[in-house]
Amino acid sequence: MSSVTLSNITKRFGDFTAVENLDLVIKEGEFFTFLGPSGCGKTTTLRMIAGFYYPTEGKVKFNEKDMTTVSPENRNTGMVFQNYALFPHMTVFENVAFGLKVRKKKKVEIKKRVEDVLEKVRLKPFIDRQVSQLSGGQQQRVALARALVIEPDILLLDEPLSNLDARLRDEMRNEILRLQREYGITTIYVTHDQVEALTMSDRIAVFNVGNCQQIGTPTEIYNHPVNDFVAEFIGETNLLDVRWRKEKEAFYSEDLNSSIVVTPSGSEVEDAPLKMSIRPEAIEVSGSELSGPNVYVGKVHLVQFTGEAVHSFIALHDRNMFIKVTDLNKGPSTYLKENDEVYVQFPPSQIRIVPKAAKE
Amino acid sequence: MLKAEKRKTLLLLIPIVLILVGYVLYPSLETLLESFKKSGSLTLQNYIDFFGPKAQSNLEALWNSVYISLLSVLFSALIGVPLAYIFTRYHFPGRSFFSGIAIMPIVLPSLVGVMAFMWLYGEVGLIPNMIKDIFNLEEVPFSIGGITGILIVHAYTMYPYFYMTVSSALNNVDPSLEESAASLGSGRFGVFWKVTFPLLTPALVAASLLVFMVSMASFSAPFLLAGGFRVLSLQIYFSKINGNLEMAATQSVILSIISISFLLFMRWFQNRKDYRMGTKGIGAHRSEVSNPFLKWLMVTLGVMAMIILLLPHAVLAILSFVPEGSWTWETYPTAFNFENYRLLFEDPTIWDPVRNSLFMAFVACLGCFLFGMITSYALVKRKFIGKNLLDILVMIPWALPATVVGMNLILAFNKGTPFSFGQVLVGTYWILPLAYFVRFIPLVVRSTSAVLEQLDDSIEEAAQSLGAKWLYTFRRVVLPMIMPGVLSGTLLAFVQAVGEFPTSVLLYTLDNRPISIEIMNQLRLFNLGQAAAFGMIQVGLIAIVMIISYKFFGVKSENTL
Repeated sequence: MSSVTLSNITKRFGDFTAVENLDLVIKEGEFFTFLGPSGCGKTTTLRMIAGFYYPTEGKVKFNEKDMTTVSPENRNTGMVFQNYALFPHMTVFENVAFGLKVRKKKKVEIKKRVEDVLEKVRLKPFIDRQVSQLSGGQQQRVALARALVIEPDILLLDEPLSNLDARLRDEMRNEILRLQREYGITTIYVTHDQVEALTMSDRIAVFNVGNCQQIGTPTEIYNHPVNDFVAEFIGETNLLDVRWRKEKEAFYSEDLNSSIVVTPSGSEVEDAPLKMSIRPEAIEVSGSELSGPNVYVGKVHLVQFTGEAVHSFIALHDRNMFIKVTDLNKGPSTYLKENDEVYVQFPPSQIRIVPKAAKE
Repeated sequence: MLKAEKRKTLLLLIPIVLILVGYVLYPSLETLLESFKKSGSLTLQNYIDFFGPKAQSNLEALWNSVYISLLSVLFSALIGVPLAYIFTRYHFPGRSFFSGIAIMPIVLPSLVGVMAFMWLYGEVGLIPNMIKDIFNLEEVPFSIGGITGILIVHAYTMYPYFYMTVSSALNNVDPSLEESAASLGSGRFGVFWKVTFPLLTPALVAASLLVFMVSMASFSAPFLLAGGFRVLSLQIYFSKINGNLEMAATQSVILSIISISFLLFMRWFQNRKDYRMGTKGIGAHRSEVSNPFLKWLMVTLGVMAMIILLLPHAVLAILSFVPEGSWTWETYPTAFNFENYRLLFEDPTIWDPVRNSLFMAFVACLGCFLFGMITSYALVKRKFIGKNLLDILVMIPWALPATVVGMNLILAFNKGTPFSFGQVLVGTYWILPLAYFVRFIPLVVRSTSAVLEQLDDSIEEAAQSLGAKWLYTFRRVVLPMIMPGVLSGTLLAFVQAVGEFPTSVLLYTLDNRPISIEIMNQLRLFNLGQAAAFGMIQVGLIAIVMIISYKFFGVKSENTL
């Protein structure tokens, strides 16, 4: 088990900068996720930790040991690839035993350790199968077992669930988390799926175009995003341009043509362009008049039923803008009806004022 | 990117580059140099002679070669394309059997095929004489020879190129494309000309180029059938036999320029953004031929085509039982026995060529196997500067006509060189295995590369991150996975090496004369039975190897074209 320290990492491919000035410390035993859209540099970062790329600048350390230019085979990391990268000409046993054979372990020990780990991933009965005879979820677990059996210092997972169907994905999410807790192993998980990131991670680093935007626990990231990119990428949100009006000591939205009350009133006020973010589930909607600050009148434009929740898109009066509102499904009587007049309230404590992310 | 990786790449490249430079590039340059020599001084005289009025035979040969090649493309396409369309699009009784028969011409080595055609349709051929006897004619009604002979043999041996490339292209056409065209209101004819046909153009162009190159290089057919008719590949041989090495070199250079420009054109064409299908996993969609008359017409035509296609094989098999001296002036052979095969095992002079062929092909293929494996790994999986150049260098022996490869080797190794450790190789046993090796490198590289390209980089990375060093990964992971590709390429190389005629005829000595040379000798002695028996051995070997590579490695011969 190791901690991982990335200091000042930059990776360039020719003219293209894939990762820029990244500083990151991953604690021992932590489940850490790199989250971001495709091409954001998360996989590049993972591959620098695995040793498949060497950083153009900066240092990679495991514990206190400098690993920047150590080749992959000498790092003792366990990696699970997006396509699993199982050796198709070998059986399940041979696949899992590969890393142990390389380490010149005794036959008896190899057998015991492979059986143990296959027991843990619940594949013991499949030990002599060819990997091509396994289902996607089973292949996934072989890949996991193969990475875990060498008792790696760090477990690296590169979008491991993206090739599975939705139901299996849920199941494997729990499975991976269970194994990680059981082994207590430092784990770095790369994904573009925010649900995976939020449900599994101890901490998340959100990436965009080569830059790390925010590092924090799932609740921090969701509830206190540092900029509009993070707010929009993680979960659903309504974003509005706002600016600080010095003379009135309040935020003002051009689109709503009104001041906005926010508590606690932002102190981090700058000249930079600002946005307000409010989550769809935080917005109050009512057919009867609402009292208090930030109340607007609108008309229901579209109601979408998803099963567990109901999304409503509300056109605010005289404004060319829609607000998305989400409610849990509490029966048909509670659904809004299209073309109804409604009152909408943004509770001041639920509004986040964030700066705009630097656009490339 | 990193030092250790770079060192590994370099270590791999050194032997590859040495071999390619020594046995491909250097001999070609030596030929080029020779073509500018005339009695010891550097001059353009040879080229002036070639194109000048003094030796019109050369220009005539060049023109004939181009002319024959163009017609060969046309005729091969006319046979191959409709066959491919019928077999991939229509279902009728015996379809898969007939489509298997359709590629039978490729198991005939070129020399053997031409020989069989001569016996069948030549002036004393069995078919014309049979027709003459049946209808009591004065003379044989027809016989092949000269340019028609060459064209018929070319069409027979080369239409499988069209047949195979077009079949696989047709199989890759997503039926929904045609269905959507039809649903947009296009008629059957419109769908074919507006949708299907444009999608086939890459395959058609590729096959045309291939056939053009192969028939430019064709040696056996003109060698046996041309009579007074001149083609360029044969002119090289005659110049060499007459001791005019400088003119042979000049002719080789001109033929090489044509072939290599075709290679480069083909590469350019294949790398162009082509019409690859976006969709994957396309099911076959054949329409059942329901009209009973049409159905049985097709079956009848299939049977007739099968007979024509297999006649050369059959005549070869039958004549191989005709003992020496029993078929001289008679129209038909009269005696049949196992004499020729018996002699094979009893008479060392008859057995020697078989042993030579097998041994030399084995040695050459062992070399191709090792070299092809390493080279294609370097080409597919490693990054380095000059990769494109290396790729072209590897493919050059494939583009060069066999006659030219032979000439290159003669001109390079008729003196001691560092690449032959100071030895003169021409006139020794080892020049022929070397020629086979050079000729068939591209075959192994191509088939290995095809498999390697399918191998995801993450497989190697997975092994590496599990702690395996490069050599261990290569041995335990990469090698077992690419083995089918390497082996199928090697087996095909073996097959072709056993049947190889043009380089053999230029380079053989008394000690290493292979089967093809012995066939030629037996033909000269009018010992047709023995020649046929040798041919049968070649066909048998080829058939065995093809069955093995299909059964055990699932390799279809079309993948290695």
